[in-house]
Amino acid sequence: MDKNKRFVLPIGPIHIALEEPIQLRLETEGNIVKNVQLKIGYVHRAIEFLLANKDFYQGIIVVERVCGICSHSHPTCFVQALEQIAEIEVPLRARYLRTLIGELERIHSHLLNTAITCEILGFKTLFVRFMNARENIKDLMEGISGHRGNYAFNTIGGVRKDLFEDEIHEVKKSIDSLEPEIFQLIETVLSNSILISRTKGIGVLTYQDAIDLSVVGPVARASGVDLDLRKDVAMPGAAYEFLEFEKVVEKDGDVLSRVKVRLLEMVESFKIIKQILKDLPKGTILTKKFVPIPKGIGISRWEAPRGGLIYYCITDGTDIPYRVKIRAPSFVNIYALNRILINQDVADVTLISGSIDPCFSCMQR
Amino acid sequence: MFLDAIKQFLRYSQKKSLWVFHVNTGSCNGCDIEILALFSSKYDAERFGIKLVGSPKHADILLVTGPVTTKSRDPLLRAYDMMPKPKAVVSVGVCSLSGGVFAKSYNVLGPVDNFIPVHVYIGGCSAHPNMILEGLLRAAQILCEEEELWSF
Ligand code: SF4
Repeated sequence: MDKNKRFVLPIGPIHIALEEPIQLRLETEGNIVKNVQLKIGYVHRAIEFLLANKDFYQGIIVVERVCGICSHSHPTCFVQALEQIAEIEVPLRARYLRTLIGELERIHSHLLNTAITCEILGFKTLFVRFMNARENIKDLMEGISGHRGNYAFNTIGGVRKDLFEDEIHEVKKSIDSLEPEIFQLIETVLSNSILISRTKGIGVLTYQDAIDLSVVGPVARASGVDLDLRKDVAMPGAAYEFLEFEKVVEKDGDVLSRVKVRLLEMVESFKIIKQILKDLPKGTILTKKFVPIPKGIGISRWEAPRGGLIYYCITDGTDIPYRVKIRAPSFVNIYALNRILINQDVADVTLISGSIDPCFSCMQR
Repeated sequence: MFLDAIKQFLRYSQKKSLWVFHVNTGSCNGCDIEILALFSSKYDAERFGIKLVGSPKHADILLVTGPVTTKSRDPLLRAYDMMPKPKAVVSVGVCSLSGGVFAKSYNVLGPVDNFIPVHVYIGGCSAHPNMILEGLLRAAQILCEEEELWSF
């Protein structure tokens, strides 16, 4: 047989290794991937079209369903853009509460991704333990917001639900009990020699490639790009400017450093949450005055668990937005696969593509 | 006589070992994650013998999440056709029941039951793992009792 003959291996659209439909067509030579083609559009639900036909408050509900994992980041980013247009000043307490849910969401998303990485590696025990820890976080979020998945927490000018004194106390207690558990899991992953040797040095995205492909979020930070919107830009809807935390940046750009960035970010998130619970400012959670949203353009950014999220809104003075453009982080990150899957083993494909933490429903909207 | 006994036995065993195949036809991921949570240790569907399998050819139950979009219609129908009889379909989440918030979109063709027969509907956006579990057990009941499903 001709050794250099290329074989096309399609994965998907419906495949057990993928939660969501997407098609990866791998051109392989023997065991080595030589070319990758992505076919997307299976879960395109035309969110931007829907948004241009619904009013602002319905729009918040729709953008919440862009992605079931980042279902706090999307509405927050959307209302932040609208608040920018209408020049609404959000009460400080609401900003803190948004940040609180945002950080809990980051923890649960990173736990999920690490769990899936462990499952791909065949490490079932860790998978189960990470999922258990994630369930606790989910219960906490259900307690705070009222729902497990789609929190419906945001509205224009603030948040919809307050945290009372005794609730804060309860949240504090469960955070205190969760923290050592999750830290122990983090330590287990980072000190496990099998896990490290399996993920080290594969799927490398170099610093230059990361800049060229303009990847965002943990993928960029794992390649040494110092990019975290929480620190870099002003977020008038969140309270990051009052909180202390550090950017987590790694240098190697391989799967291990992506895992590491996510794990260490969770530590930072716990730091943030503790600060929020300690000095949550008193006051209202919603602006009193109802302000109609005038004609204008608003651009807002938010650091979702997967990276920088951008909403670009144009309004025309009516209560229906003229145009809303969503730039989801997974959409830019997924093209890194074209670079990092080349010359890798077919057996590593799921591991590497899982390490990007792709969210196909954000990507295809 | 003999065949009937075998059939009876098969029917009984159907109840205790359900193999489930999951198809996402355009959901927002919320319900898919809850299905993943269902198979992790807190809700632990495997204690009822429910197992997630990798091929529709092995499955008794098709779990569908999301409204049917233009591009995902054919994969859904193909997966359904590949399943051996008797088979039941469970549709999870409001948007697979009626289209939900996505109903008016140009790319959404409609709810799942416009394309394949659905036996159990599970509401909620996103559906709670306990609800999904109950729906699956209900589907097991239907699979065992419904006469129609066994005529092939
Ligand atoms: S029912 Fe709701 S949470 Fe579930 S997939 Fe549909 S939109 Fe997402």
